[in-house]
Amino acid sequence: MRPLIGLVLALLAALALPFAVYPFFLMKGLCFGLFAVSFNLLLGYTGLLSFGHAAFFGFAAYVSGHVMKQWGLGPELGIASGVAVAAVMGLLFGLLAIRRQGIYFAMVTLALAQMVYFFCVQAPFTHGEDGIQAIPRGKLFGLVPLDNMYALYYTVLAIFCLGVWVVWRAIHSPFGQVLKAIRENEARATSLGYRTEHFKLAAFVLSASLAGLAGATKTLVFQLASLTDVDWHTSGEVVLMTLLGGMGTPLGPVVGAFFVVTLENYLAEVGAWVTIIQGFIFVLVVTLFRRGLVGEALAYWTKHSRNRSRSGASLPSPSA
Amino acid sequence: MITLFGYPIQALMGQLLLGLINGAFYAVLSLGLALIFGLLNIINFAHGAQYMMGAFVAWLLLTYAGINFWLSLILAPLALGLFGMALERLLLRRLYKLDPLYGLLLTFGLALIIEGAFRQAYGVSGQAYQVPKLLQGGINLGFMYLPLYRAAVVVVSLVICLATWLAIEKTKLGALLRAATENPALVQAFGVNVPVLVTGTYGFGAALAGFAGVLAAPVYSVNPLMGSNIIIVVFAVVVIGGMGSILGSVLTGFGLGLIEGLTKVFYPEASSTVIFVIMAIVLLLKPAGLFGRTA
Amino acid sequence: MKQVFNAVLAAAALVLVAGGSAQAQISDGVVKIGVLNDQSGAYSDLSGQGSVVAAQMAIDDFGGKVKGKPIQLLSADHQNKPDVGSNIANRWIDVDHVDAIVDVPTSSVALAIQEITRNKDVAHLNSTAGTSDLTGKACSPTTVHWTYDTYAQAHGTGTAITKQGGDSWFFITADYAFGHALETDTAAAVKEAGGKVLGSVNAPFPTTDFSSFLLQAQGSGAKVIGLANAGTDTINAIKQAHEFGLTKAGQQLTGLLTFISDVHSLGLDTAQGLILTDAWYWDHDADSRAWAKRWSQKMGGRMPTSVQAGVYSAVTHYLKAIDKAGTDEARKVVDTMKTMPVNDMFTKNGKIRADGRMVHDMYLVQVKTPAESKYPWDYFKVLRTIPGDEAFRPLDKGGCPFVQSAGK
Repeated sequence: MRPLIGLVLALLAALALPFAVYPFFLMKGLCFGLFAVSFNLLLGYTGLLSFGHAAFFGFAAYVSGHVMKQWGLGPELGIASGVAVAAVMGLLFGLLAIRRQGIYFAMVTLALAQMVYFFCVQAPFTHGEDGIQAIPRGKLFGLVPLDNMYALYYTVLAIFCLGVWVVWRAIHSPFGQVLKAIRENEARATSLGYRTEHFKLAAFVLSASLAGLAGATKTLVFQLASLTDVDWHTSGEVVLMTLLGGMGTPLGPVVGAFFVVTLENYLAEVGAWVTIIQGFIFVLVVTLFRRGLVGEALAYWTKHSRNRSRSGASLPSPSA
Repeated sequence: MITLFGYPIQALMGQLLLGLINGAFYAVLSLGLALIFGLLNIINFAHGAQYMMGAFVAWLLLTYAGINFWLSLILAPLALGLFGMALERLLLRRLYKLDPLYGLLLTFGLALIIEGAFRQAYGVSGQAYQVPKLLQGGINLGFMYLPLYRAAVVVVSLVICLATWLAIEKTKLGALLRAATENPALVQAFGVNVPVLVTGTYGFGAALAGFAGVLAAPVYSVNPLMGSNIIIVVFAVVVIGGMGSILGSVLTGFGLGLIEGLTKVFYPEASSTVIFVIMAIVLLLKPAGLFGRTA
Repeated sequence: MKQVFNAVLAAAALVLVAGGSAQAQISDGVVKIGVLNDQSGAYSDLSGQGSVVAAQMAIDDFGGKVKGKPIQLLSADHQNKPDVGSNIANRWIDVDHVDAIVDVPTSSVALAIQEITRNKDVAHLNSTAGTSDLTGKACSPTTVHWTYDTYAQAHGTGTAITKQGGDSWFFITADYAFGHALETDTAAAVKEAGGKVLGSVNAPFPTTDFSSFLLQAQGSGAKVIGLANAGTDTINAIKQAHEFGLTKAGQQLTGLLTFISDVHSLGLDTAQGLILTDAWYWDHDADSRAWAKRWSQKMGGRMPTSVQAGVYSAVTHYLKAIDKAGTDEARKVVDTMKTMPVNDMFTKNGKIRADGRMVHDMYLVQVKTPAESKYPWDYFKVLRTIPGDEAFRPLDKGGCPFVQSAGK
């Protein structure tokens, strides 16, 4: 009962927020939040650290930008094509990468993403350093003009909720249980008769598609797609967001994403310190609080409420 | 004139030689990375930053203390070695019981901090560093003009790689290192101070990166981003060679330098991608890398 | 629900418009200028904090007030990320009511800001971005492109060197849109001036080791090697050309997009003899020297780049135009700017064209040898002054939509 109330409250807050906080900022946070949630599906629930997720995010941004600007198709088709391409890339990357585990996996994804980066630098349709600019937002379903800031915000919010819901369904399904089993002990999962390779590949493709969805949505918001999005620093940033918010927590990555986006925007006035601060956060999180903001908060909360109501019904432990 | 695929053979020889020189940088860098990985099981993302620091230490020594290239070639790696050992003692040590991924993330954060700090202090357009007097000029090989300095880089790198390899394969210390990699608890039980061994290894890896940085200073732009440009390529080299394999990383370093050099002639647009393509192929055929044992 | 919502929006807009026109002149009683540039990345030495200082100097020299209203300066680091830049620009405009956005290096960010300032009717005074699209395909009635663009760099250098006898060229080109644009424009100029292009090689971006490409350039036997790249790539290429003795062997090296900050970082020993085109040089005349010395005192002894001087010049001209037009409404101010000649330490008799291009003289310069350089930052000797009309792209060749429609 209680989580439901929380969810409704959060949704109401999300609906009202653009009237209090600058909507463009919120939309950026939502896009990166979705990106981080998709990434978390791999890192937090399957135990695979991809260091090349920017490839899906950024390339989907280019594809949907191209489709909307050069082919003049609407936002739905633009986003759909971005997601489709990201899914195909996810399949190809996944086939190569899941042959290795742990660190090897991270390095392979990094190197593959680097190939995508070089391709984007050179391919004519990405316009090199200029990027694809002035991408028309068009009308949603041919009706709602997305140039209206609020219409755009609610569209982005809907996409975000859809993405988060997909991940939520995935991890709370039998499929998700197998992923968690793989994370904990892959050999045991195999011995139980699961073809872990297939599950990992499916998780990878799903994660890549959702990263693509996030990238395509970002194109819609900022009306541009550029090399920044495929750069390996973006891959690092999404790791930071997830880690900071709390990997393996359903909404931790979103908190982390908003934190980093806020940092990027409001520290912009003080100049060059952004990367240094990001680096310090990495070091702090890794050495001191590995559960992340949300993870630590949940741990604290469960501990305290357990102490208080020791005799009462035990609360559901925070879903891992 | 003899030609090969439409290119004069002399020109090709020149390009191969240049490839070998670039390979020397890859080899020294991936050697340090492989050493650290072998013993600590950590992917040292800060390796590029340490390479950059090596170049900067040389530049700082020259600019503020008038210390020349030759002394820097010793002092800068020493400084980096100490820096590396401090990092290992203060930070990395806390992570050994955890998933190795945390080591990767920690060193990634460190790389961001180091790069950012140097950017803040020295800007990005880079610093000037001259080729040492003794090695200025070059020799005309007939098919190309070879700067003396570049020739020296290949020789020095080969010596360093060979010496390291011999030290690990043929000396008692090397035997201990290899044993500690296999079974640290057992080696500890024999009365060897394994933590000191680990600290020393990380320090040595960092020193190698610093050494490569000093070597690079006279030929490449000394700027805070020089490390992050090269580190990903070196990662690919290590993956192709088989992670943790010292001989593998050295041979692959030189080999890929050559292949990259040839690509620059026949299909220059792809010369930065070719290494990753090779990596993908190697992983498909031999997931453990060319010289790696199956993990 | 939606109708109600739209009605509220419309009403709000009406109030805003009514309020605006009733007040006229300076909106909300203050002129806000935002310097949006790169303060930590590849362009931070070229523009960065130095541009912020230059803008502040322009405001101080103007007396800190225009039409009796205070002038306020904001600055931010866009980190070379278009989405960060867009976010800041949108917030500056919607929340802080900034009247002009200045500097904006990195063409991807500049083009994004171009769209925002056009849609939201805010002035965009660009000094550091290179893309000639800002006054071409993507032109905007509220934009002035001040200091240089890739076309002028390429065309100026290509024509001038070819005319001086450097009539066979080989290009080392950064393999992406910007590099190819530089190469194409330069090659066209070379051919037009009677020279020929012997070949070119596309180097991936970024490249650290150029020796292989330099060897190919050497093998071509061309008199001139054009470096169609920028920043660290150019620095590495020049450094290695020196190492391989290309210039000693008689080949002329030219950086198509090289600035004094790059030369400073290379050192004269390595960079000597390099030919390049720049929009302004601090040691050019008494006015530029006087201004540069003042700037230098605030920047720890460095000397300003052409784009930093361009920021000063552009902000000053913008403030003058507000004073003359009596309003800070972007369209009117930029239109007024276009009617006034630019005469300051940056240029004499510069003019702003209908497409927003500020046309002024450029300089073909050669980097001095260590022996010729008498004092710090004494780096360039001017080989030739390139008249603005020769350097910049003709008005009718840019494909700027509103210029073409006005012509019909």
